[in-house]
Amino acid sequence: LLQQNWNWNSLLFSRKTDLYEMGWNIGGLRDCLIAAAPYGGPIALLKGSQRSERSHSARPVLEMYTSSGVPLANFPWKSGIVVDIGWTVSDYLLCIQENGTVLIYDILGNYCRHFNMGSESQNSVTEAKVFHSAYRTGVAILTKAYRFSVVTNIDDQKIWRLPDVPGLQTSGLSCWTVISQDRQTKLVLASGRNIYVLDNDSCTSVTVPGLDPDVSSYFHMSASFNYKYLALYTNTGCIWMGTSNLKVPLKYMILKCSYYSCIMVFKISSRCRRPRSQQPSVVLMWDRLLLVAGKNNENDELYLVPELDGVRIIGSKSHEFLHEVPATCEEIFKIASMAPGALLLEAHKEYKKESQKADEYLREIKDQNLLPTAVEQCIEAAGFECEPETQKMLLRAASFGKSFLSNFSPEKFVTMCRELRVLNAVRDYTVGMPLTYVQFSQLTVQVLIDRLVFRRLYPLAIEICKHLKIREFQGVSHVLKHWACFKVQQKDPDEDIAHAINQKLGDTAGISYSEIAAKAYECGRPELAIMLLDFEPQSGEQVPLLLKMKRGQLALNKAIESGDTDLVYTVVMYLKNEMNRRDFFLTLRKHPVALSLYRQFCKHQEQDTLKDLYNQEDDHQELANFYVQESYQEKVEVRVAELQKAVDEYSKARNEFAAKATEEQIKLLKFQRKLQDETDKPYVDHSLHDTVYNLLLEGSHRHAEQLYKDFKIPDKRYWWLKISALAEKNDWEELEKFSKSKKSPIGYLAFVEVFSISEQFNYLIILSFLMSLREVEQAADIAIERKNENDLNLVLSRCNQSTDRSLVERLNKARSGANKK
Amino acid sequence: MAAHLSYGRVNLNVLREAARKELREFLDRCAGSKAIVWDEYLTGPFGLIAQYSLLKEHEVEKMFTLKPGSLPPADVKNIIFFVRPKLEIMDIIAGNVKSEVKQRSHRDFHILFVPRRSLLCEQRLEEQGVLGSFINIDQYILDLIPYDGDLLSMESESAFRECYLENDQTSLYHAAKGLMTLQALYGTIPQIYGKGECARHVANMMLRMKREFAGSQNQILPVFDTLLLLDRNVDLLTPLATQLTYEGLIDEIYGITNGYAKLPPEKFIQKKQGEGGKDLPTEPKKLQLNSAEELYAEIRDKNFNAVGAVLSKKAKIISAAFEERHNAKTVGEIKQFVSQLPHMQAARSSLANHTSIAELIKDITTSEAFFDNLTVEQEFMTGVDTDKVNTYIEDCIAQKDPLIKILRLVCMQSVCNNGLKQKVLDYYKREILQTYGYEHILTLNNLEKAGLLKLQTNARNNYPTIRKTLKLWMDDVNEQNPNDISYVYSGYAPLSVRLAQILVRPGWRSIEEVLKMLPGPHFEERQQLPSGLHKKRENRTTLIFFLGGVTYAEIAALRFLSQMEEGGTEYIIASTKLINGTSWIKSLMDKLEAPPF
Repeated sequence: LLQQNWNWNSLLFSRKTDLYEMGWNIGGLRDCLIAAAPYGGPIALLKGSQRSERSHSARPVLEMYTSSGVPLANFPWKSGIVVDIGWTVSDYLLCIQENGTVLIYDILGNYCRHFNMGSESQNSVTEAKVFHSAYRTGVAILTKAYRFSVVTNIDDQKIWRLPDVPGLQTSGLSCWTVISQDRQTKLVLASGRNIYVLDNDSCTSVTVPGLDPDVSSYFHMSASFNYKYLALYTNTGCIWMGTSNLKVPLKYMILKCSYYSCIMVFKISSRCRRPRSQQPSVVLMWDRLLLVAGKNNENDELYLVPELDGVRIIGSKSHEFLHEVPATCEEIFKIASMAPGALLLEAHKEYKKESQKADEYLREIKDQNLLPTAVEQCIEAAGFECEPETQKMLLRAASFGKSFLSNFSPEKFVTMCRELRVLNAVRDYTVGMPLTYVQFSQLTVQVLIDRLVFRRLYPLAIEICKHLKIREFQGVSHVLKHWACFKVQQKDPDEDIAHAINQKLGDTAGISYSEIAAKAYECGRPELAIMLLDFEPQSGEQVPLLLKMKRGQLALNKAIESGDTDLVYTVVMYLKNEMNRRDFFLTLRKHPVALSLYRQFCKHQEQDTLKDLYNQEDDHQELANFYVQESYQEKVEVRVAELQKAVDEYSKARNEFAAKATEEQIKLLKFQRKLQDETDKPYVDHSLHDTVYNLLLEGSHRHAEQLYKDFKIPDKRYWWLKISALAEKNDWEELEKFSKSKKSPIGYLAFVEVFSISEQFNYLIILSFLMSLREVEQAADIAIERKNENDLNLVLSRCNQSTDRSLVERLNKARSGANKK
Repeated sequence: MAAHLSYGRVNLNVLREAARKELREFLDRCAGSKAIVWDEYLTGPFGLIAQYSLLKEHEVEKMFTLKPGSLPPADVKNIIFFVRPKLEIMDIIAGNVKSEVKQRSHRDFHILFVPRRSLLCEQRLEEQGVLGSFINIDQYILDLIPYDGDLLSMESESAFRECYLENDQTSLYHAAKGLMTLQALYGTIPQIYGKGECARHVANMMLRMKREFAGSQNQILPVFDTLLLLDRNVDLLTPLATQLTYEGLIDEIYGITNGYAKLPPEKFIQKKQGEGGKDLPTEPKKLQLNSAEELYAEIRDKNFNAVGAVLSKKAKIISAAFEERHNAKTVGEIKQFVSQLPHMQAARSSLANHTSIAELIKDITTSEAFFDNLTVEQEFMTGVDTDKVNTYIEDCIAQKDPLIKILRLVCMQSVCNNGLKQKVLDYYKREILQTYGYEHILTLNNLEKAGLLKLQTNARNNYPTIRKTLKLWMDDVNEQNPNDISYVYSGYAPLSVRLAQILVRPGWRSIEEVLKMLPGPHFEERQQLPSGLHKKRENRTTLIFFLGGVTYAEIAALRFLSQMEEGGTEYIIASTKLINGTSWIKSLMDKLEAPPF
């Protein structure tokens, strides 16, 4: 029953499946340009476009249909003369005109954009071919002057003018085709008996191996769906097939290549003038067999669409799919097959009849341990079947078999059920996408969903996403986004649209409201765009669009809300360029976050602006700090002036301390400068402390004293300063004098400390010094601690035996201790 | 190589691996041989993620430091700039690229922004006319870098300055982003607590970002139960105090950058017989310090006074282990002994290193200067005479001790007195300006802005109340076998860690009054978990994030709490940067000075 549409042809089975009774009502496919997109894509017809009709006044009509012939769009063609039409990988229609312009339409007949194939092609395009490679579509054209130009990717539109082929002008061009493989695009062309391969920068003549020497010209050539193989149809009636690099004839490769990989379609039209028959016919080729399909009794023109795994045959009434019967199906359905899958199917049939034979069949499979294989075969075969009833039959059998297996992963089965349901849904007449399982696997779900979205079949797309459990942001959200983008183009009031969109989209993951808003803005609806942007949770997305729409203030708010300082900076810089300075500063003032960021920017980049900014804000404190900072970049003369400004500002800021300190600084600076001039030694940029210290080292006690008084240096610090300096200088005389000038505010231990860090480290000096100050007790402490006999003796000699009795005792004790050692 | 990251409660190696994967992917995107031009600041943090070997595996043949002018010659196909998004850097890059173009070199240029791309910078490159020269412009999101098994750092030196001085919240944004990355890897954190303005801001951003990712629900069982966000300015006191743990002291004295300390080489010379006193190494000894080293993990968080005992005990164990060889009689015993040898030798060299370090530190901690300084710090922290001019500080200024030491002390006095009287404040300021130079007026101004130096207003000094309520000072501190976190400062319990401790038990409600005295709001947020992801209440893990820096002593205190049996929670610590009083004050200065001691 199921085998009835199979054809046995010497080596393998092929079968023809009726896809649809075409829903269109057209007279025939004659005299029109026709293009059908692969993967069950749409069909476009341009009726009465060229040659014969050119004289007619009636305009040609461009019609678009689904694969089932349901009209998608139609409109009269108002543009120039079309040479050829073709679909891109993403279902856009390319109409290549004689003048080299390529117009692009979407699947619903809306004009999208156009591009030109270069000045070369001006009004001289004679032939054009659209070709595909993974994710991109290219166009190749031939001009009257026998020159080729190629655009390998219509999205970047870089035009390659290919080198000239010698001798084309005289011997003419009989046929050509495009090979697009591994990011390389080549042209193969036949001129007389020569075959040339043409790429971006060279033209190579090729000798085709294994070809009949009598061949003097080629009628036709065709590349396989994946451009791996090439077929040439010669004037001797032969067909040569081989790899597309024309190096290996295919007959040597039979065993290596899979059947799917080398489907080629020839449409030998009347132009080729087959020697015997005027009847146009269709030739379809697999790698090792050739089929002449359909004795078309009706005088109907057919159009063939090569697919990954077969050929679609489109006629004016029907649409069929011709393909090789997959091995699995063959094994299961072949008459008297003993394959495990076939037996399982049989078992299940018997089981439904409640016959014991079910057990016999099952046993037979199980005995060979082939039950898992059987189940897998049934699942796989279901995928290759188009009829839901057959699918069900196979899947039920698989399910039946599965119940006898304990650890068989259900995944395959479940996935197949899900995916088949999807395929059946899109194969439906109303949708009209006759995808096979193989094509679907290659195409991927994502692309399928995109295609449905292009056709505005949003509900179906969403159901499919949900059914296949696709992650939200790749699935449902993606569809909803497209729906929303479509929605914003409707004429309803802004509020209604915004509301409707938010209602439906809500917080769905991965929804980019900003993309929708951008679309709305593109359609000239800025107000709607702003409403939509409000729903956008990611500020990073809101801001650029708001800037594009010149809503700087709003953008600033959003940027600040996000906390992303880079965004804030971006908006601030934008505002800076857009607004006059006053307004700009005022705006910043309202946004402290932006203001402080801008300040940081100015600090590093625009010092002057920073000053203006502080002025504007009456921030005297910062202004003063600014002048202080500034002053350090200047020479001394200027520095004083800058510091004076700082003093003023500090006063205005009521920072009396800072004002006074800065005044002091000016005073010091002036003093230092004078000193520097007088002594020719560097004083500027030293602190007050260091200045005094250096002066003391120099012996300028007068100056030091003056600074001490003028700057009201506290006594304690001055003493420290002076004794350290004197110690460093080894000026013991002066030190002693100083120590006696008045009572030390820091005690006398400090002196010892100072000595001990000075180079002239000598306890004898320290001790005699201390005793000169009558600080006998301290001297004694040090001597006792040191346990040095000489030291002890020295101190003892200075002690008053009567008054310092206890001290003397301690010293004596220490001395005896030291002696023992 | 980074196994120590996976020892803790939370496997932070996951984060490191994620970062490494991203790096590899970027490098592979630039096919062919490459040279990396480094923003020098980034080399340290990158070292925590990947060594040169990883880069080499991905055809990185040369590395340069970013400098103005033209690039050094290198026979490579790709030039990749690893930079922070800073305008100054963009100008340098533009110069580099222009000079390359002039030389008609055929190299491909790429930029990797760390931690984030910046529109502003790309605009600058465009203005400079070089944006088109770049084939790849990418970002390498490196917010939180795994630093140790329980420690994450953003290694953002200027974060505190930016947040509290310049009102630039860039690092907070990165912190929030980093927390989102953590949540993506370790699950949504159900509870968020916080104290301080910045904490509030980060929490707000996190909640907002969560909305941005709405729908893509994280289905990971949460590893962290609680996130505690703390502003550094809630506790300004702790970093000012001298840390007294082993690790804290190494950091105070020698500084630890990106996990490495540079130590004076003299103590580390291995004396070999016969060589005698050959030339001394002049290069400082660079040591990596992390918990991968068993001994270091044991002693790092101890009070320094307890380190000596551990070291000598270890020494005995190790020499006893080596003695074992005499007992090894049979071939089997000898074999077993030999198999342990590498481990023993590693332990011995580790012990030698730390003994040397401990000796170095001991020389300083036993010095009079150190003791005096510590005494004054402790007086301030216990509230002794904080309202008068302190003679010790006065003397230090008179002797022109390092400025940072002075600033640390003065700031500490101010913080412990809730501000200084006008007279006292002006006196200190004047002394500092006269001694160290008037240019420091800007630094003083910065310290005032950051709240470290303050004029006492009419308000009462509330520090004693805070100290008493939070038990910040413990008189009976046990340094050897601590029973309270106050051991890390030999008496002072870091306020920040107390807040964390109280949050767990008995809860912040018990200290409402004190919380109000500390700056900034305190808050609690909850993040909804998908059903089925609620976990049992035992073995709680808290992520505590210090916005503006954390000290090693605070980390030690938190580790101590993690180990306490009745503590009830384990801590993972994150911070914008690991700081100490010196590096912290330094970051606030407008002119740089040498560190104290």
